[in-house]
Amino acid sequence: MTTAVIDSPILDLPKRRNYINAEYGFFSWLLTKDHKRIGILYMLAVTLLFLIGGFFAMMMRIELLTPEGDLLTSDTYNKFFTLHGIVMIFFFLIPAVPAVLGNFILPLMLGAKDLAFPRINLLSWYIYMIGAVLGLIIIITGGVDTGWTFYTPFSTQYSNTHVFTTTFAAFITGFSSILTGLNFIVTVHRMRAPGLTWFRLPLFVWALYATSIVMLLATPVLAVTLFLLMIERVLHVGIFDPNLGGDPLLYQHLFWFYSHPAVYIMILPAMGVASEVVAAFTRKKIFGYKFVAFSSLAIALLGFLVWAHHMFVAGISIYSAMIFSFLSYFVAVPSAIKVFNWTATLYKGSVSWQTPMLYILGFIGLFTIGGVTGLFLASLGLDVHVTDTYFVVAHFHYVMVGGVVMAYLAGIHYWWPKITGRMYPEWWARLAALLVFVGFNLTFLPQFVLGYLGMPRRYHAYAPEFQILNVMSSAGASVLAVGYALPLIYLVWSLWYGRPAGVNPWGAVGLEWTTASPPPQENFHETPVVTWDAYDYPSMLKAMGDTQNV
Amino acid sequence: MSDVVIHTEEHPHHPFLQHHFEDMQQQHEASTLGMWAFLTTEVLFFGGIFLGYTVYRLAYPDAWAAGAHFQNLTYGTLNTIVLLASSLTMALAVHAAQTGKRMKTFWLLAATLVLGSVFLGVKAVEYSLHFEEGLFPGSHFHYHGPLAPQIQLFMTFYFGMTGLHALHMVIGAGLLIWMMVRAWKGHFGEEYYSPVEIMGLYWHFVDLVWIFLFPLLYLIDRHK
Repeated sequence: MTTAVIDSPILDLPKRRNYINAEYGFFSWLLTKDHKRIGILYMLAVTLLFLIGGFFAMMMRIELLTPEGDLLTSDTYNKFFTLHGIVMIFFFLIPAVPAVLGNFILPLMLGAKDLAFPRINLLSWYIYMIGAVLGLIIIITGGVDTGWTFYTPFSTQYSNTHVFTTTFAAFITGFSSILTGLNFIVTVHRMRAPGLTWFRLPLFVWALYATSIVMLLATPVLAVTLFLLMIERVLHVGIFDPNLGGDPLLYQHLFWFYSHPAVYIMILPAMGVASEVVAAFTRKKIFGYKFVAFSSLAIALLGFLVWAHHMFVAGISIYSAMIFSFLSYFVAVPSAIKVFNWTATLYKGSVSWQTPMLYILGFIGLFTIGGVTGLFLASLGLDVHVTDTYFVVAHFHYVMVGGVVMAYLAGIHYWWPKITGRMYPEWWARLAALLVFVGFNLTFLPQFVLGYLGMPRRYHAYAPEFQILNVMSSAGASVLAVGYALPLIYLVWSLWYGRPAGVNPWGAVGLEWTTASPPPQENFHETPVVTWDAYDYPSMLKAMGDTQNV
Repeated sequence: MSDVVIHTEEHPHHPFLQHHFEDMQQQHEASTLGMWAFLTTEVLFFGGIFLGYTVYRLAYPDAWAAGAHFQNLTYGTLNTIVLLASSLTMALAVHAAQTGKRMKTFWLLAATLVLGSVFLGVKAVEYSLHFEEGLFPGSHFHYHGPLAPQIQLFMTFYFGMTGLHALHMVIGAGLLIWMMVRAWKGHFGEEYYSPVEIMGLYWHFVDLVWIFLFPLLYLIDRHK
């Protein structure tokens, strides 16, 4: 197998035209149809929303330094954990990897000029922004206190906060996710470069494809569920209210039919990033390519069959609970396949310890802990003991923060040279990765213990014997905050002072590394023709005589 | 794979070929696949509310039977016929666009729009009758016979399901007007007719939803 050199932008002049300097002015960004610029728009929005969600998290951790509810009233605390959840899930975790990194990288990986529907891509960003602005208005005008799950009948009959507007914002934002998924599916089917067969696709593409299926099939169910919730709230009819003949369990079934697959919307693309980074920084073909590819699809499909494990104590039949318990164990299999394959790829690889790899090594460990504690929760007996305790909180933060956010940061660092044309400062980045890892574990490891000991979630006050572990957790949150603040500073710094990156700073294979950094507006000067497999590091190293960092 | 296409600039681009596609065929395939994917989303969207309907139909079969009696069978049947006819004119419009018949495309789209509007008009009459009868859920619900709360639930689903369907019809009508303008301008022909085709896919889907709504809301258990 040979590696074709597609074009040689290295020879171009420094003032080369790229997607950033192709057009100037405010409206050239706000009305752009370029997937790369839309990716940047998403990056800015998602970062802002992450800071807002993080603010609520910090306020909660400060409140929980002491057992008494002394900083926030219980009502305010209810609003803060609700807003933290809504902002982080709907406005950060769901769009972060697909809409920022996927948007930017997917067409480059496919050798395409753009996504299949550039205007729909821009539309999805505007829909997201409408939802986000509504969210900000809600925050400023008094918030919402239902928890991010909007459980009925509290949300429809009793809560006096902005439930209608918030559910409407989530409803709207869902459509941006649907449109992104639709765009990705069509793009992967129809926009691949000549010769780029399905089994030559990078695993990030497979992961995004699987994610898009979930976005397309699960999100509309949330939309219609929230639609019914809004009807009930406005008309005071009893769709989900038992006093009026409704069934609150139906709400939970419908809600989790979306919201469990939604965690795969978050984690699947993160796993895709892990596959890219592991291969690039071990200089090896990914071990068991097809297993990793199909495990993404398996997770997407099995993920639809496990939702009721969120309802083991809600009063569902014990027989259905047993089936959902079994299926929840089963969905761990494809996830475990991925973890084993990444690990096997590391074996005898020439591992280098650059920042993206540090994040991904952290990701693999933390995701494994998050996944295995998920199995604790999938077992019926143990789940009864730890339901609604900090054990659950720790479990999903290991997956969502230790998994998704770590992989997002890995991806941002890995593709930053491609996106901006500049290198970030490696030393600071490694320091930040270390702080994030240490801070994260200090924050959430104690929460497993707290939950196991019986500390319930969602209260602003707690029994005094839990204080030491809570102080550890809050201290960890401060370290984590510093770890997140650092990239924000040095990445912006690198835009002006970073070393120019060149076409392929990592010596990685993949079409995105064959075009200039930052890429030209049309991505490739000529449509590339692909004759090699994904992660073909052995042949590349042989063919190029190990000429890295050209 | 062997489908390596070497892109050549021998013939000039079709005016409606977007820059990021290689050729008209790729563009056509992308847009039809996009619409099919969108319709998959729509199936799940309506699926959620159909699930709710089914759950409460099983829980309150008597109220659901009573609810069907509140529906006007004449209007319902008329609307079913009107909508099926509109699907026929829509299908013919796609064929006309495909074969490059400009005015025929225009008038068939117009016929589809008229039939769609008739449907919406009849639906509006039905809604106003329900409102006058005090069957609109919420504070305007004035039915006090047996099973009143459950019948209110039925009417909530009735308005929710037909309302969502009507909203799709309104959006479809807007798209039809856009297609008529483009047909009038002579945009469509053998090479380029995907907008009309995917419009047709959408219209048939909305039609199909009604084919489920009509028996579920008007016909089932009417004999009880």
